[in-house]
Amino acid sequence: MQRVLSCFFALFLGLVPLASADVEVKAPDVLVRDVTNEVLEIVRKDRAIQAGDTQRVFGLVQDKVLPHFNFRRMTMLAVGRDWRNATPEQQGRLVDAFQTLLVRTYSNALTQYRDQVIEFRPVRQTAADTTVQVRTEVRQSGAQPIGIDYTLEKTEKGWKVFDVVVAGVSLVTNYRGSFGDEIRAGGIDGLIRSLEEKNRSLETPQGAK
Amino acid sequence: MSGHESPKGLMLNSRFDRLCSGARNWVVAGMLVLVAGCASTGNPQDPLEGYNRAMFSFNEGVDKAVIRPAAQAYEAVLPSPVRTGIGNVFGNLGDPWIAMNNLLQGKVADAISDVMRFLVNTTLGFAGILDIASEAGLPKHDEDFGQTLGAWGVGEGAYVVLPFFGPRTLRDAAALPFDMLEDNVWSIQHVPTRNTLTAVRLTHTRSRLLGLDKTLNEATLDKYRYVRDFYLEQRRYKVFDGNPPRVYEDFNGDEAHRMPVGESLDVLARVAVEELELLGVGELVMLGRSPDGMN
Repeated sequence: MQRVLSCFFALFLGLVPLASADVEVKAPDVLVRDVTNEVLEIVRKDRAIQAGDTQRVFGLVQDKVLPHFNFRRMTMLAVGRDWRNATPEQQGRLVDAFQTLLVRTYSNALTQYRDQVIEFRPVRQTAADTTVQVRTEVRQSGAQPIGIDYTLEKTEKGWKVFDVVVAGVSLVTNYRGSFGDEIRAGGIDGLIRSLEEKNRSLETPQGAK
Repeated sequence: MSGHESPKGLMLNSRFDRLCSGARNWVVAGMLVLVAGCASTGNPQDPLEGYNRAMFSFNEGVDKAVIRPAAQAYEAVLPSPVRTGIGNVFGNLGDPWIAMNNLLQGKVADAISDVMRFLVNTTLGFAGILDIASEAGLPKHDEDFGQTLGAWGVGEGAYVVLPFFGPRTLRDAAALPFDMLEDNVWSIQHVPTRNTLTAVRLTHTRSRLLGLDKTLNEATLDKYRYVRDFYLEQRRYKVFDGNPPRVYEDFNGDEAHRMPVGESLDVLARVAVEELELLGVGELVMLGRSPDGMN
């Protein structure tokens, strides 16, 4: 078993230099592959991150991952119809709070990573497409592979991720139900308050457990 | 690839008689639950929210007191390769029933692949300890009888949290006895062996999810709702075999001539609930009565 695993590991490592060769305007699949490989390579070597050092992994996500996400679009999709009723100021605060929440989730997930093999599925895309889904698979022995799919849109600043679908569930629109309930109960300000309170409670040591 | 009648088909037929009465009881129980939960509001697919929340916290309590500590100990004591081997053995034991469900859904190629998996892993993989088949290009599938019912067009029905088993839709709850009856561990006659294996499997499965605990607590405003919505969307994804329809709307735009995904999902959910209440349950009963159509 160990040998088979290390075979895959070696294969995966072999992909890394291949992937980071080109730097110009990256196609969405290349972008996803490069960022994934680069970040996982760092996580794999960093014992502090593996031990769950949140500050460290936050920094990594801030530097390497955040620039490729469109949090405004993500927040809009999570809030749903009520987005139209929010003032620009409310929208800004929603985006900030939701971004903090998502970054924490993603960072936590990263500390759980060990040496699973990530496979990048071929992308069906034409030159005219402005929205593309890049599908990846986390392979694990004895269980069905877990799909992690990134939906990207074309902007002037390159391709930006605006949805992440894990095992068939959008991590963005999965919030829509609870956000809708918060808005029905306390309006848009109520939702902002809940999100900001949640974020604050996790900044304090007892929240971090 | 032709759909030759396999011994599996006969096996199903002989077990169907035993299932009929059980299925009917479940359906009746399901209808009672539906009637009992008429008084709540909120998500149209969660009319039983009051009961569900109570059961959700009961399950959380059981998890916190027993299952999670056991899983943590299991993870601490056994080295990773051993745990992988244990997971592989249980995964292998599950493959014949997965093959059967693929067959029932008309996915003959997948069913053959699952049977091959079982044969390869049981023999060359030392009773399933090694998952050689995955590495040989026979991927593990994820099927159960609830998905089969979904593929046959049975609506999801209301969301319901079962004691110990956790989230289900009414359809999946009705399918659960079938899954258990065909389960290779649960159908072991020697009761102590069966119970031990079931406990080990549960502990193993839980240990795989330990990493999610923190994320789930930190990422959600309301854990119950997050888990519910996650479960419902994931079941749809599985029934669609990984290709559910997905539309992204743009709430910055002025025109809204397209039905936003949230709205259409609401409508779908409502239709599904109604369908199961009025038709789906009837179909299920019919299905139990006429197993002749199966082979």
